[in-house]
Amino acid sequence: MSPEDREPEEVRGDVRAATDGDTYVEGDSLGEGPHTAQEARTGVGRDRGTKEIPMVPKDRPRTYYDRPVVKPPVWKPEIPWYLFTGGLGGASSVLAYAATLAGNRRLAKRAWFCAFSGIAVSPLLLISDLGRPERFLNMLRVFKITSPMSVGSWVLVANSLAVTPAAAGHLLGFPKGIGRRAEPAAALLGPALATYTGVLLSNTSIPAWSEARMELPLLFASGGAASAGGAAAIATPTRYAGPARRLAIAGAAGEIVNTELMKRRLGDLSSVYETGEAGGFDKASTALTIAGGAVMAAAGRRRAGAVVAGALLLAGALTKRWAVFKAGIASAEDPRQTVGPQRQRIAERRGGVPA
Amino acid sequence: MSPATVIETPVWPDSYGDEAKPRVGFFTDTSVCIGCKACEVACKEWNHVPEDPQGYTATSYDNSAQLGANRWRHVAFIEQVVEVNGVEDGAPDSWVQEAQRQQLVDQGVETHEDDRGFRWLMSSDVCKHCTDAACLDVCPTGSLFRTEFGTVVVQEDICNGCGYCIVACPFGVLDQRKDDGRVWKCTLCYDRLQDDMEPACAHACPTDSIQFGELDELLERAGERVEKLHDRGVSEARLYGHDTDDGVGGFGAFFLLLDEPETYGLPPDPVVTTRHLGENWRAAGVACLALAGAVIGSFLGGRG
Repeated sequence: MSPEDREPEEVRGDVRAATDGDTYVEGDSLGEGPHTAQEARTGVGRDRGTKEIPMVPKDRPRTYYDRPVVKPPVWKPEIPWYLFTGGLGGASSVLAYAATLAGNRRLAKRAWFCAFSGIAVSPLLLISDLGRPERFLNMLRVFKITSPMSVGSWVLVANSLAVTPAAAGHLLGFPKGIGRRAEPAAALLGPALATYTGVLLSNTSIPAWSEARMELPLLFASGGAASAGGAAAIATPTRYAGPARRLAIAGAAGEIVNTELMKRRLGDLSSVYETGEAGGFDKASTALTIAGGAVMAAAGRRRAGAVVAGALLLAGALTKRWAVFKAGIASAEDPRQTVGPQRQRIAERRGGVPA
Repeated sequence: MSPATVIETPVWPDSYGDEAKPRVGFFTDTSVCIGCKACEVACKEWNHVPEDPQGYTATSYDNSAQLGANRWRHVAFIEQVVEVNGVEDGAPDSWVQEAQRQQLVDQGVETHEDDRGFRWLMSSDVCKHCTDAACLDVCPTGSLFRTEFGTVVVQEDICNGCGYCIVACPFGVLDQRKDDGRVWKCTLCYDRLQDDMEPACAHACPTDSIQFGELDELLERAGERVEKLHDRGVSEARLYGHDTDDGVGGFGAFFLLLDEPETYGLPPDPVVTTRHLGENWRAAGVACLALAGAVIGSFLGGRG
C-alpha cells in the first residue's frame, strides 16, 4: 500500500467526531467518557523504546471503521408483508368470533373470510422467505419457548387448523359442527398471531427492535386491529359494519400512539425512523393512518367513505410494518446504535458517571 | 468421564451425561497477533469454506472486513494514531527506535515530527461460543445445538435458512450463504475435536495468539498473561469475554484486547436476546388483551 492510498488519520478522526454528534448528544454513552481520564495509556508500542509515554487517545476509532457490529436481517420483502397479513388474519379472527357471538352474521362472514385470507397467505410468505423453502417442515421438529419464531410457527399452524373450518362453516355452510367448535380456538389464537411478531423482532440484537420490546407487540396489535376493522368495513354493508369501523378507528389511534411511545422509548435510537427508507415509510404510514381514521370517523357510514378509509388504514398498517422492518436494518447497519446503549449501560453500572 | 471445567451452559454438560467432554474454547491473545491471516486461511482450507470476494477496504490492511457465512475467522487491522505526550523531536533513545520511527515515516506516517504516535492493533475474531448463546436459543428448527464439548454448532442438514440466528447474535457472527440459503459459522472444528485435534486456526497460528484448550485452563492462563502485561507497563491490556457474569454468561472463545472492544468491532456489553424473554412475552400478552378488549369494546360501543 502506498502512502497515497492511506486516508490521513487526522481527517478520519475529525470526520468521526462530526458524525458522532449527529446521532448522540454530547456526554452520552459514545462521548469522551470512558475513553479519557481513566485510560491515560503508556507506551506507543512495547517494542518502540522503553520510556513510558502517557497518551490521550482522542482520535482513535470508537467503531471498527464504521462497520456494523451486528448483522442486519437477510429477510426478504416477504417478512414485512407477513407482519401485515399475520396481523390482519389474527385480528380478523377475533372480530369474526365477536360478530358471530353478537349474532351479526353478515359482518362475521366477511371477517372470517379476512381471517382465512390472512392465514392462507402467511405461510406461503414465510416459506418463500426461507433460504431452503423445501425444508419448511423443519420448523415443526421442535417447540421452543425461547424462540419466538418457533412459537410463531406453531401458532400459525394451529391458527390455520382452527380458522379454516370456522371460515368454511360461515362461507360454505360446512363443516358446521367442526367449524363451530373451532371458532373459539381461532379467536384465542388470533391475538397471539397478531402480536408474537412484535416479540419476533424485539428478541434480537438489533437495537431499534430490542429496545422497543414493550411497544412493538402493542404496535402490531394496533395495526392488526386497524387492518381487520378496515378490511371488514370495506366488505360489509355499512348497517352491519359499525363494530368494524370502531375497531378500525381504535386500531388507528393505537398505531399513532404506540409509534410515538416507541420513539420516545428509543430516544437517540429513534433516528432510524426519521431518515432513509424507514423514515419515508413511517411518515407515509402516519399520514395514511390519520387520514384513514379521520375518514372512517367522518364518512364511514357511507359505503364509499368506508371503502376509502379502510383502504387508507390497510395501507397505513402495511407501511408501518415496512417502516419497522427498514428501521431495524438501518439500526443494525449503524455500529453506534449497537455500541451507544451498551456504553450507556456500562456507565450506569459504574454509578452514572462514566469512569 | 466428567468434565473438568465448571463453567456450565444451560443444558451442557447435563444433557450429555457420561458422554460430556471438558468444555473447550479459544483464548485469542491479540497482544501477540501479527496479522498474518494464517488462521483465516487454515480455517477456509480445513472447513472448505468457499471464497469470498475480497478487496481493499480503504480503511486499513484489512481486506476481509467481517465475519460471515464464508469467513469464520477474521483478522481486524486497526491503525491508530494517538497523541503522544512527551515525544520529542530531539534525539531518539536508541538507533533501533530511530529506525522504527524512520520506517513509519517511510510508510507515510509521521510520528515524531508532529507529536503523534502510531500503533497497529490486530485481532483474530471468531464465533464466541457463548455460554448463553442467542443463536441457539432462537433457532426454530433445532439446527443449532450444543456439542459435547460445550461449543455451538449449526447442523447443516437441518438448517432451513430462516435467518433468525443472524439477527439474534450480539456479535454479528452468523450469516446466510447466498447461493446455498443456509447459515454457516465457526464449528470450533467439531470434526477435529472428535479426533482429539486442535482447531485449524489455532494449529496454524505462528505466534500462539490463538490458543486452544480447556476453557478453565485458558482462563487461568489469560489471567496470568494480563498480569504480566500490566507488570510490563501495558496497562491497556484487558480480557474480554472472560466474565461468566456478563450478558452472555461468558464466552467459550474469549480475548485479550489492547483497547476497548468496540475499537475491534466487538460489542462492549453484549447481552443474550433471551435475557428479556419474559418481558417480551409479557408485552405480547398485554397486547393480546388490548386487542381482545378493543374488539369487545367496538361491539359495546354502539349499535351494530
